[in-house]
Amino acid sequence: MNAFLQMQAISKAFPGVQALRQVSFDLRRGEVHALVGENGAGKSTLMKILSGVYRPDAGQILIEGQPVTIQIPRDAQRHGISIVHQELNLFSNLTVAENVFGGRMPARGPLAFEDRQAAARQAQRLLDRFGVAISPQTIIRSLSLAQQQVVEISKALIQEARVLILDEPTSSLTEHEAAALFEVVQQLRRDGLCIVYISHRLEEVFRIADRVTILRDGQLVGTEAVAETSIPAVIRMMVGRQLADLYGQRAGQPQAVVLTVEALTSPGHFAEVSFQLRAGEIVGMAGLVGAGRTEVGLALFGALPVSGGRVQLRGAGRQIRSPDEAMRWGLAYLSEDRRNDALFFNMGVRENISVSHLARLSRLGLIDRRRERQATQFHIEQLKIATPSTEQKVANLSGGNQQKVILARWLAIEPKVLIVDEPTRGIDVGAKTEIYALLHHLAAQGVAILLISSEMPEILGLSDRILVMHEGRLAGELTRAEATEERILTLAAGRSAIPAG
Amino acid sequence: MTIQRDRRAPGLAVTDPGRSAGQSLLRQIVGVRELGIVLVIAVAATLLAFTTPAFLTSQNLSAVAIGLVTDALIAIAMTKVLISGGFDLSVGSVLALAGMVVADLLHRGLSPLVAIPVTLVVASVVGLVNGLLIAKVKVNPLITTLGMMSITSSLTLVISGGYPVSNLPADFLFLGQGSLWGVPLAVLLVVGLVAVADVLLRRARWLRLIYYVGGNERAALLSGIPVDVVRIAIYVFCSVMAGFAGIIATSRLGSAFPLAGRGAEMRVISACVIGGSSLQGGEGTVLGSLLGVLLMAIINNGLVLLNVSINWQGIVSGAILIAAVTFDMLNRRNRS
Repeated sequence: MNAFLQMQAISKAFPGVQALRQVSFDLRRGEVHALVGENGAGKSTLMKILSGVYRPDAGQILIEGQPVTIQIPRDAQRHGISIVHQELNLFSNLTVAENVFGGRMPARGPLAFEDRQAAARQAQRLLDRFGVAISPQTIIRSLSLAQQQVVEISKALIQEARVLILDEPTSSLTEHEAAALFEVVQQLRRDGLCIVYISHRLEEVFRIADRVTILRDGQLVGTEAVAETSIPAVIRMMVGRQLADLYGQRAGQPQAVVLTVEALTSPGHFAEVSFQLRAGEIVGMAGLVGAGRTEVGLALFGALPVSGGRVQLRGAGRQIRSPDEAMRWGLAYLSEDRRNDALFFNMGVRENISVSHLARLSRLGLIDRRRERQATQFHIEQLKIATPSTEQKVANLSGGNQQKVILARWLAIEPKVLIVDEPTRGIDVGAKTEIYALLHHLAAQGVAILLISSEMPEILGLSDRILVMHEGRLAGELTRAEATEERILTLAAGRSAIPAG
Repeated sequence: MTIQRDRRAPGLAVTDPGRSAGQSLLRQIVGVRELGIVLVIAVAATLLAFTTPAFLTSQNLSAVAIGLVTDALIAIAMTKVLISGGFDLSVGSVLALAGMVVADLLHRGLSPLVAIPVTLVVASVVGLVNGLLIAKVKVNPLITTLGMMSITSSLTLVISGGYPVSNLPADFLFLGQGSLWGVPLAVLLVVGLVAVADVLLRRARWLRLIYYVGGNERAALLSGIPVDVVRIAIYVFCSVMAGFAGIIATSRLGSAFPLAGRGAEMRVISACVIGGSSLQGGEGTVLGSLLGVLLMAIINNGLVLLNVSINWQGIVSGAILIAAVTFDMLNRRNRS
């Protein structure tokens, strides 16, 4: 079978990281081609090059054997390449038809009034292809996520798409909704479209894809026919090393309970959340995006009001009303959103680290600048932060080093309980391993760590116990021995735990 | 030490505290921005010295110095407001209100030692209202302080009935008119305050928090900084300083004028921006702002000495404000 589209030896570098190295990828008509790899493996970068968001440093793209140049998203659209992003880009206050047509509503008459009826008819024809009952006149807001996803795909198809890229399309869908989406994908495949399916859920990949391409650290590991490979084989290709090497080992055993949370409730965010953290323990918190994990972290840190429940910290009940108070009780929270919630972009490494413990660096209300610089220097060396000086603006550091700066900020207050929210989001593998080693080290020293993460291997590789949240409630708890990706996902999807074995 | 230095980029020498402290002190004192303004001031002064013989007389320079006292006092506080990412348009009207209140209290027979603190408390109420609305209710600072500007000026007119108040006691007038070692007392006071405020803003723990709040409010909150308290304190401080400027103005002129301080907010904000404060927050120094005030004062003095009609002054200061902000924006864009 001949390839419809080929990407040949694509390379792309960003400051400080080689995102793609000589990656080749091809698509055939009427196939679902899955693209898998860990976060940071280069899946998104490759697809952003195909859809014109990034330009490759090297390599070429061929369509039906002819080289094409894709410089901007419009070029990609002209060649019939459409991408449906993980986050939906719909106008929630407009109708399905208006969203499907975007700025290109069919017009009628000398003044080019919008022809709503024609739009509705065309949209309906499109939607009918999917066998889903959505009326073109419905306002987006009132649709389920899966229905919105279908609208998003229709938007791509109205532009005569020949290649459809689906980026983690099921990440916020229930299992039932996902099944409906798979039907849609099958229908499109029968119509002869090329479909790129990006997902970290291998069960899905094996359910609907024809071929699978595995990327690791920006390099192509291989392309396999799904029928001729297996999930464990693909995982081995994705990880490329034993899990234990990447996530490290820990000395020491969990000790006394330091944090007890009882029936903690924050209206609109989560309800009746109860758990305990022991000194020297890493507890993972898994769940889908929007399950309320970050909100639990923020509430414990005093940054989100709670309406009920009790928090016991180090042996006594505490009312934590502000991050300031939380820090005084030995709590630290590493935010999932470095850019907006953590970094002071126009300031240097020094100010970014010392913000948490200025009192200790001061005498009589004046900051002892020499002591501050020495402390900064100490943290830079301890966490191996790659920066030319203590005064370097954090805006100029790589994501991994920015994250280390914020970790240093929290380590400086010597927390008893450390909540880390997506601690390795958007950082390279090298820095990841360092952060994992650091978390182990802290746990070994007796810090209780709550690890909120959407990366399943990270949760499985680091946690002693795993809490799973679903729609604002704790759906279950698994020990390290019990936990598998499948069982976590089942709980996260809101279904009761399946029996072991 | 040598081993450590080898690991870093050459020439940075971050491990040598003595040398790097010296370097950074030098860098901070004559930071590029401040040095630039000093040069502009020198050029403007030189030009004036050659074109008008009256400029370089001790009489004129003394008048310029006294003239910039009130702006400099407000600029000390306005710098902090701007660093926090805020804005205060009510300073001119607070100046007038405080000038009127202190005169009124003195007329009622209170001693200056009582009247001055009471006046500062009255001024602080305006700042408290500003601060509470901005920090707690999250009303836009521009709108809040614009509203308070209107309320405060109107209040001054109500208290005074629209007439100036004179015949103030001599011991009160000494504050604005007296001299020490041949230098006006108010000028000495400003020099001292600016020096202290500049050092404190660079070194005091509580004032560092303002930079964090202005740099990234959400991150500041999640780093344990009581953002609301910081914001409220800044607006209270700003009003107190504007009130103090009003007291000095009344003392210097020997009368309280209901329309005093008109346009002070624009002059001072221009001066701060010229001096390196950013309207986006997170940046600024007291020294820079003082240099900005000095530059504005010299330009205004030059216009007077060159017999340019007073009616032109607004055009000039408005143009300078826009030029300074434009420069700030272009500079920012180049950096990013």
